Amino acid sequence: MANPLAQQGRWRDLDKLLARPGNIVGHGFEHSPTLREEIGEFVRVLVVGAGGLGCELLKDLALSGFKNIDVIDMDTIEVSNLNRQFLFRLQDVGKSKAEVAAKRVMERVSGVNIVPHFCRIEDKDLEFYNDFNIIVLGLDSIEARSYINSVACSFLEYDCDDKPIPETVKPMVDGGTEGFKGHARVILPGTTPCFECNIWLFPPQVKFPLCTLAETPRTAAHCIEYAHLIKWDEVHNGKAFDADDPEHMLWVYSEALKRAELFGIAGVTYSLTQGVVKNIIPAIASTNAIISAACALEALKIVSGCSKTLSNYLTYNGLEGTHIKVTDFVRDMDCLVCGPGTLIELDTSVTLSQFIELLGEHPNLHLLKPSVTYRGNNLYMQSPPILEEMTRSNLHLLLFDLMGKVPKDTIHVSGTTEKNGKKTSCLRKLRVVFKRVVGGSTDMDIAGSS
Amino acid sequence: MAAESKTKYDRQLRIWGEQGQAALEKASICLLNCGPTGSEALKNLVLGGIGSITVVDGSKVEAYDLGNNFMLDEESLGQAKAKCVCSFLQELNDAVKAKFVEESPDTLIETNPSFFAQFTLVIATQLLENSLLKLDKICRHANVILVVARSYGLTGLVRISLKEHNVIESKPDHFLDDLRLHKPWPELKQFAKTIDLSVTDSVVHKHTPYIVILIRLAEKWADAHDGCLPSTRQEKKEFKDLIKAHMLNLDEENYKEAIEASFKVSTPRGISSHLCQIINDAAVQVDSTSPDFWVLVAALKEFIENEGGGEPPLEGSIPDMTSLTEYYVSLQKIYQAKAESDFLVMEQRVRNILKRIGRDPDAITKAYIKNFCRNARKITVCRYRNIEDEFSIPILPELQKYLTDEDYNFAVGFYILLRAVDRFAANYNRFPGIFDGEVDEDISRLKTIAVGLLSDLGFHGPALSEDLINEMCRFGGAELHAVAAFIGGVASQEVIKLVTKQFVPLTGTFIFNGIDQKSQALAL
Repeated sequence: MANPLAQQGRWRDLDKLLARPGNIVGHGFEHSPTLREEIGEFVRVLVVGAGGLGCELLKDLALSGFKNIDVIDMDTIEVSNLNRQFLFRLQDVGKSKAEVAAKRVMERVSGVNIVPHFCRIEDKDLEFYNDFNIIVLGLDSIEARSYINSVACSFLEYDCDDKPIPETVKPMVDGGTEGFKGHARVILPGTTPCFECNIWLFPPQVKFPLCTLAETPRTAAHCIEYAHLIKWDEVHNGKAFDADDPEHMLWVYSEALKRAELFGIAGVTYSLTQGVVKNIIPAIASTNAIISAACALEALKIVSGCSKTLSNYLTYNGLEGTHIKVTDFVRDMDCLVCGPGTLIELDTSVTLSQFIELLGEHPNLHLLKPSVTYRGNNLYMQSPPILEEMTRSNLHLLLFDLMGKVPKDTIHVSGTTEKNGKKTSCLRKLRVVFKRVVGGSTDMDIAGSS
Repeated sequence: MAAESKTKYDRQLRIWGEQGQAALEKASICLLNCGPTGSEALKNLVLGGIGSITVVDGSKVEAYDLGNNFMLDEESLGQAKAKCVCSFLQELNDAVKAKFVEESPDTLIETNPSFFAQFTLVIATQLLENSLLKLDKICRHANVILVVARSYGLTGLVRISLKEHNVIESKPDHFLDDLRLHKPWPELKQFAKTIDLSVTDSVVHKHTPYIVILIRLAEKWADAHDGCLPSTRQEKKEFKDLIKAHMLNLDEENYKEAIEASFKVSTPRGISSHLCQIINDAAVQVDSTSPDFWVLVAALKEFIENEGGGEPPLEGSIPDMTSLTEYYVSLQKIYQAKAESDFLVMEQRVRNILKRIGRDPDAITKAYIKNFCRNARKITVCRYRNIEDEFSIPILPELQKYLTDEDYNFAVGFYILLRAVDRFAANYNRFPGIFDGEVDEDISRLKTIAVGLLSDLGFHGPALSEDLINEMCRFGGAELHAVAAFIGGVASQEVIKLVTKQFVPLTGTFIFNGIDQKSQALAL
């Protein structure tokens, strides 16, 4: 398939970096004329998101020696993507972003294989994620970042000195942009802070108090949110508002206009209505290009060691000049996600269904409708129905027996939890210790036991 | 603007608006050399709907191009690189006029300098020192903006060059609002007086806007303190206590906002040092050749010294705050009315100045003046040295500072070495480290050149890091895609700021540090 003439010397520039020794390089850099081929052959990278950052990332990674790439995105292409998502054309509108992006990059960069996944990130099981050597995130939501972070951290195990076991570390590179600003960060679970360790970097969006909307509106946004959050429900009994339905949006716009007129407030436009209702974040090609390039370069450095890596959080601000700031954040040693796991002590007499109940009541977890996995085996799955049916019979069995009568081990649970009044998917790693079992004392280390 | 374009450009229109978009669509950009750095820069501009592009490159596509340039594929091998890149870019956006010239940029600079005068802006990528200095002179002479971009191994740079760039809409991230609480004008004071702070209706009490609370209480304070406003730390604390004493209960948001904003009654009067510098710039002595911007600054200076009483024209907008709708809308109108009257005074001054310098008094539009007034506190002037001056007479104290500052260590090292590799190329007709067999010799050659370069600049301090010189030779002139995408991204971002005249472009030289990502802008 690939033209042999084109392969000759094609990677001249990249090979300078990978084939030659250097004085300022990462740990374990083994320069070699075959290093690029080894990366291409053995490294599997997952790109989460095929939007503004994802399109750039796929291109950048394909031209940085990566050959086995997967991309996952549940979205379809919209016209408003075309000002920056350069792999898409007008005739692609409505198609899967992941599928079109994968196809376009493979057409242009011969030898690279990109597998698209047109689905939600929660639809894939843990094993899917465990197959990748590195995960690169190009997302625009905190919830999705948090979920992938918890998945990657769930693989992490610690040795008896509380040091992360290298084979269980799943590195992540995360990028994000908003207008002329952006960030890129490297997450090495167990070594650098995970997404949850400094979640405070992403404060939740401030919402308008309902009484302001209902009684003392002052801005155009107040009028829009009144129409969207209060008036809609009053008028359309029970019919859910759909932000992607232009008729719904036009209705909100015209109601917002009426209200603005009533109160003498200026500034309600259709564009602002969309912006407020859909919480649209401005996005441009250049910022996405900059942040993705930084992320792809870090991914290359992590897998090859060809230079030092970013330690560990970069912010870019292009509003006034071009400012790059690197901050070396520290881990939250008590982090529920990248720490050794929440310790749960159980009697050997606890059944799986009692255990599941306990997860909802646990003060640190509050996990609703959890599914339970042990060493890759599904003990109980809430969905899909077929799996639920298959695992239902486990519910009345003893967890101790289901875990092969080991005194202690790690178990994975996933379900939903409430955060800031919003339901989010979450995955947690638990260290289960059975009481009064030989070898099952309640000391903190569990990793060495299996 | 057509509905389809509006939807397509929605996410960027929210940043630079239809005016910014119109400026982009009018701009014509010339790219010199279409390797990955240049191609990626243009890609970002084409997606955003830039008016026209002209790609200049004299080379044919070779195998190594396919390893770092996404715009080229196997079918392009052997063809003109400019043509292939141009046709891929055209595919991204048919609203853009895309042209190419198959000619070496170096030749064009040498033989046809007038070629560049037709463009709004030239993006020069991967150009060596000799051509770059010539191009800078050509662009300055023709009043064409020059953006220089270079990728080299794990480093690279972006540098803007033009005489002067003025920004009215600098759109800073955080900027203190202009409420004039330290100096309320009669209408505002009058309005505040009509509201009773000790109203018994609790709903009204907790919906009295903090602007009113602060004006009334500042007056009360001044009455008790010989007409002075709180100024010492202790007084400011006491003023906050005074506000607290007027709360009916502790959860009144408006009073919390008043306490938080209480410093605004004692903010120092007058203009910032940044604005002071601009209105005292030599360019304020306007004549018939002065740009409109400076005519406005001249009027602003007069305004501040006369009607403004030390203050610029009022912006006229107020932030959202807890308030009854009626009070808030009344306040908005009072602020807008004052802004309008300040604008009328400014307009008169602008017309008079235009008359005085022999221009048509109506040469500057109302909209321009209004926009200027609304942004008067945020106007920015960027000036750029020509590249030759920077190269031959750098600002030594700055250079010294960078060379001894740990945070700038790699960045300033790369700055020197990026110039040293051009000298190397001038001597040896190739970059250092191109050939595997000669890397070691090239390291000592490059070191000699770098030391010579530093001493030419008059700097005889500590030598550059050996490790960095070593790395520079290891790079062997490689243009890595990820680095090129980064540098091209920064270059395109700067082009957007320059063309839309919004936000503040980069001053100095941005040095990309791909080792630990601690990139820096150096002011040399």
